[in-house]
Amino acid sequence: MPPNLLISGGHILEPSQGIDRVADLLITKGKIAWLGDKGAAPSQSDLTTIDATGLVVCPGFVDLHCHLREPGFEDKETIATGTKAAAKGGFTTVCCMPNTNPPLDTQTSIDYVKKTAEIEGTVQVLPIGCITKGRQGKELTEMSELAKVGVIGFSDDGDTVVSSRIMSLAMDYSHALGLPIIDHCEDKELSDGGFMNDGWVSARLGLKGIPKAAEEIVVARDLALAQLTGVRLHVAHVSTEGSVELIRRAKEKGIAVTAEVTPHHLTLTEERIMGSQPKKLNQLAYDTNAKVNPPLRTKEDIAALIKGLKDGTIDAIATDHAPHTSVDKMCEFGLAAFGISGLETAFACLMSLVHSGQLDLKTLISKLTFEPARVISTRYGELGTLKPGCRADVTLFDPNKEWVVDSHDFASKGKNTPFDGCHFKGRVIVTLVAGKIVYRADS
Amino acid sequence: MPERTLMSPEDMQRALVRIAHEIVERNKGAKDIVLVGMQTRGVPLAKRLATTIQSLEEITIPVGSLDISLYRDDISSLHLKPVIHRTDIPTDVTNKQVVLIDDVFYTGRSIRAAMDALMDLGRPQSIQLAVLVDRGHRELPIRADYAGKNIPTSRNEEIKVYVKEVDGEDKVTILSPNKGATDEND
Amino acid sequence: MKTIEPSSSITTPETFPPPSIAVWQHSHVLDLDDFTQEEIELAFEIADAMAEVLTREVKRVPTLRGKTVITLFYEPSTRTRASFELAAKNLSADTVSLDASKSSIVKGESLIDSLRTIQALGADIIVMRHSQSGAPYLAIQYVNCSMINAGDGWHAHPSQALLDLYTIRRHLGKLHDLKVTIIGDITHSRVARSNIWGMTTMGAKVVLCAPPTLLPRGLDSFIANCQLPNVSVETEIEPALENADVVMPLRLQIERQQSGLLPSLREYIQLYQLTMERLSLAKPHVLVMHPGPINEGIEISPEVAHGTQSVIEEQVTNGVAIRMALLYLIAGGKNK
Repeated sequence: MPPNLLISGGHILEPSQGIDRVADLLITKGKIAWLGDKGAAPSQSDLTTIDATGLVVCPGFVDLHCHLREPGFEDKETIATGTKAAAKGGFTTVCCMPNTNPPLDTQTSIDYVKKTAEIEGTVQVLPIGCITKGRQGKELTEMSELAKVGVIGFSDDGDTVVSSRIMSLAMDYSHALGLPIIDHCEDKELSDGGFMNDGWVSARLGLKGIPKAAEEIVVARDLALAQLTGVRLHVAHVSTEGSVELIRRAKEKGIAVTAEVTPHHLTLTEERIMGSQPKKLNQLAYDTNAKVNPPLRTKEDIAALIKGLKDGTIDAIATDHAPHTSVDKMCEFGLAAFGISGLETAFACLMSLVHSGQLDLKTLISKLTFEPARVISTRYGELGTLKPGCRADVTLFDPNKEWVVDSHDFASKGKNTPFDGCHFKGRVIVTLVAGKIVYRADS
Repeated sequence: MPERTLMSPEDMQRALVRIAHEIVERNKGAKDIVLVGMQTRGVPLAKRLATTIQSLEEITIPVGSLDISLYRDDISSLHLKPVIHRTDIPTDVTNKQVVLIDDVFYTGRSIRAAMDALMDLGRPQSIQLAVLVDRGHRELPIRADYAGKNIPTSRNEEIKVYVKEVDGEDKVTILSPNKGATDEND
Repeated sequence: MKTIEPSSSITTPETFPPPSIAVWQHSHVLDLDDFTQEEIELAFEIADAMAEVLTREVKRVPTLRGKTVITLFYEPSTRTRASFELAAKNLSADTVSLDASKSSIVKGESLIDSLRTIQALGADIIVMRHSQSGAPYLAIQYVNCSMINAGDGWHAHPSQALLDLYTIRRHLGKLHDLKVTIIGDITHSRVARSNIWGMTTMGAKVVLCAPPTLLPRGLDSFIANCQLPNVSVETEIEPALENADVVMPLRLQIERQQSGLLPSLREYIQLYQLTMERLSLAKPHVLVMHPGPINEGIEISPEVAHGTQSVIEEQVTNGVAIRMALLYLIAGGKNK
């Protein structure tokens, strides 16, 4: 049993209850027991106090989208290392995508992930099941069986279900189970062979581009199918202005859609791949750490994504943590794997938007906690909140702490980050899962 | 760093006239002579010699320019050296008496490079060397056939030749690093 | 075939001070985007000297004696590789040529490992051609020696652009204000991109002409964002050719039609082939250039390819001189 904990003197930011003030938080038996004025906590025996003066205390972050790579790609990441990275990033619940090897398309593989997470995981791991067997897009998985063993939704992430017919059947099934379909929206005929956003930077660098339309076409299709079937559709890693607009209109029409955006799509543009000024490239150009799918887009897209966060079009921020080995990344741009190892830089990177005034802290925390939690089925209890009786998943952070990113320090095996060497302001200091400290920043 | 003049314009002119006479005398006339000036200042000096020889012998002497940058033995210190100038010798040097002309004769390495270059261009019957100033400190067994003035120097001194066609005036100066006047080494 | 003689007025008079070697800032030659006008002029100066060496019976100078130049080609190439090798040999360097299709690179060794091996072999200069855009920028992070990019994917081919500029200068005496028309598959052309940088730096105007499917979608935005007001785009050949001083058709790869980018070769030929009739729209002194190899009868008619305005063969000769100049500048340049 974890000890009784009093988190004292911190600024509690709890969007699900509308709490935004200095207060104390009492945790007993791994659950939130009480939240109230400083010094007014009911007395407890055996109490450990964490002094949270100067820190912000909020619910542990919930990541709807990450890749833990186990089973099958353990050289890139394992459930053990990935969850340690999550804890460092302030995430107490992560939803892992099923594009493993074998893919998570059977009960056995889901059980494996759950058991491994129980033994070796540092934070709570919730599995996502495949939509189709082997992610081939041809036959549906045994969705209700997967639902029984606890998937929080279905996705063929990494691929799109190409056949609209199969997708609509999947949506029918999933709707009946009350679980969302999480779609990776990419028209592969348009995007095939592309390595970055199709625009002026790809023209300048001589790289084949992925047009924004490749995402928007599938978003539009999925929204139409969602309207048809009534399923809850969750659009993964939205990256374009056009997608935001489609989702906004769909929500206005009452379609049950939610959407997520990644920290890197909110802060980096395609110009990051040039590495330096457009006219004179140097060895910073063609940085594979900035190669990601969907690709980094433009300033206009970033503005639209931030607006989407603010007006509720986009519900959640999810990392799409995609660790890779150095062999997969230290190579020619066209041959490098897509993906950014993002769990440990997500929060600090997002704080840059707060510090620059583009996003307020309350909205940010909301998009990291109870709003993503709403996408997940309630069988795992209420997540992303500090309501009494809920699991004590808590994150403490210093919004002003300055630090420099060094990928060598990552708990994740994936050192592939475009933020290496970046100076950030804002850092997670303590992470608690079920009342137990799973991460503490040294000094 | 005081700069002292060692040769005035008149000194230079007289030296060149004397060298022109010596070339004609040694070669028993001006037939088959080709003057090749080393870039940069050797070139105008070669032209002046040609003019003098032409007035002596009433024969037109071919004058060429030679750039030895491609024959240097120190490619890595390129950034200290001037860029390649023109190598332009208007006639075949094979079987000719080539007289190389340079402004300052020092270690001899430039002349060695020049001889390599000339050999790549043809097969001269002989190569002779005329210099305006010989400052000593040879590192290779090469000697000047004709010298305008011998000026013994120490290694940390610098001889500067100014040539009207390039620098706007004619003179030869010496730059010594020590404060105050330096006694000329004897 | 009558050849055009370079105008003799282009040789700079002796008293004109040539650019000082101090303007050379490159340890590597990866693209022309970061070359100043002075650096390009310097390369021309040295190429002139190298061209003189190439007129001798013994085309050799000892300048790079003791240096090792290794060519590493991941894409097949006859002319560029031979050009670099001859350039190195003419400067008395030792050369080794590695053909990726025959060496262990194909057996799965990564680019970085291959480069490390080559460096350990003692390369002073690596000349690399690679099918992936950006490969040289990766390479220079892992080798200490100098690198010359002999073409990377669709991105850059600096030595080709330099020899194109040099050829134009030798014939027309200048580059400033000239209209240079490049016709062909711009999307996939590293020659076009490097020429855009080189030509605009030297003050020329570039017109890119291609069918819409062979122009990058982001091209107009690229031109605007990189502040290249002297670059314009045409999809019709006639306005592109009008009053052009230089015309450069690019090789059309047959695969482009096969991958659906063009409806047919026939249509391309009808709309974009450089014929004698179309050439007459250009200025009378127009130069016809081509990076090679030529697809006679496709992007260029045989009459034009072998006609009086063609300087295609001279480009090849100039290529050796320019590459000698680059090797010279890199070997002795300010670096390390």
